[in-house]
Amino acid sequence: MAEFESDVTEADFEETVVKQSANLPVVADFWAAWCTPCQILKPAMEKLAKEFKGKFVLAKINVEENPGLSERFKISGIPSVKMFKGGKVVAEFTGAMPEPAVRQWLEKNIK
Amino acid sequence: MEQFDLVIIGGGPAGLTAAIYAARYWLRTAVIAEQPGGLVGEAGKIGNFPTHKEINGPQFAMSMIEQVRALGIEITNDKAGSIEKSGKGFVVRTENSGEFPAKKIVLAIGTKRRKLGLPNEQRLAGKGVCYCATCDAPLYKGKVAGVVGGGNAALNAALLVAEYAKKVFVFYRSPEFGRADPLLAKLVMENKKIEVLFNSNVKQIAGEDSLQKVFLDNGKEVELQGLFVEIGYEPDAGIAKAIGVETTPEGYIKVDRHQHTNVKGVFAAGDITESGLRQVIIAAAQGALAANGAFEEIKKGE
Repeated sequence: MAEFESDVTEADFEETVVKQSANLPVVADFWAAWCTPCQILKPAMEKLAKEFKGKFVLAKINVEENPGLSERFKISGIPSVKMFKGGKVVAEFTGAMPEPAVRQWLEKNIK
Repeated sequence: MEQFDLVIIGGGPAGLTAAIYAARYWLRTAVIAEQPGGLVGEAGKIGNFPTHKEINGPQFAMSMIEQVRALGIEITNDKAGSIEKSGKGFVVRTENSGEFPAKKIVLAIGTKRRKLGLPNEQRLAGKGVCYCATCDAPLYKGKVAGVVGGGNAALNAALLVAEYAKKVFVFYRSPEFGRADPLLAKLVMENKKIEVLFNSNVKQIAGEDSLQKVFLDNGKEVELQGLFVEIGYEPDAGIAKAIGVETTPEGYIKVDRHQHTNVKGVFAAGDITESGLRQVIIAAAQGALAANGAFEEIKKGE
């Protein structure tokens, strides 16, 4: 399971998100401990990462511990989910969506 | 799918308390929740619930969810699309998770946040326009933000955002805070970071990639990076009306003191009911009564 997801920090963001997204979609989930919708969405994302078996990689980013990344991506509402392909954000949503809706979002944007 | 004794629609304090009681009655129970934890998960500090001198909304919501899961009840995170009568019971159809046949239903669907209804609002949601102050306030550290509204939720949001932002404007349509608790109004008026603009309505919001500015109906413009919308809640009982559940003219579900609706086998609890006080403890109590009502009917074979 661990190979499909990881906690990402400012130190390994370039490697794990930007560079890796040249080969397969990386989905970054910006979250915080104080945010209930984030607490609901995160386990759903982890479950989906497992279910999709490597069709995308999940990068979980704690905004509190990584203010530089929040600043860089202008995170102004959480949970904030961004899909990276080729080093760029190609799709995103803010706020928790029910798990089936996230699955559809993934299916649509992974292609 | 096998028939459930009880299907609870809604995952806030009313729905989850109903689930806790239902589990203890050994009812085969399902919870369908669009937002597990409910709106209380977005609340700041709760200081009026027995057992906690003070607890954060998110902590409160998560502990309810954990309590329900520990009782073996699954919370399906999906939207209930429709309810239909089927024989003596009902079928709840979800948008993506299939059908849930049920002997009894508890409607604990809560209320929805009212939006401003302005152009650009949806486009800038999550890009400066915020509906969850507890989630997003810390993201505005050192920035300028606004809060729309003048009720308790708005003033709580203003105080929370002021802990992080360098400046907070409150935009309120009335000439004074008539609806909020006097203590909160006092704290807001005394807070040096907060500037209250009475008699003002936000009529336009602007920004390209992110929110930059709001225009007020008195001609003023305010530059800001965040706007927290706290203008109250509204009921949406459409799913209930379709099976003949009666509502008030304002759209809240009518219930008796045991939480029965006018439709046999359908109960309602929490903020969606015509309750006098929309509080966690009231919702929880109504959830308990609703589960008990369902249990009594099932026991009698009704």
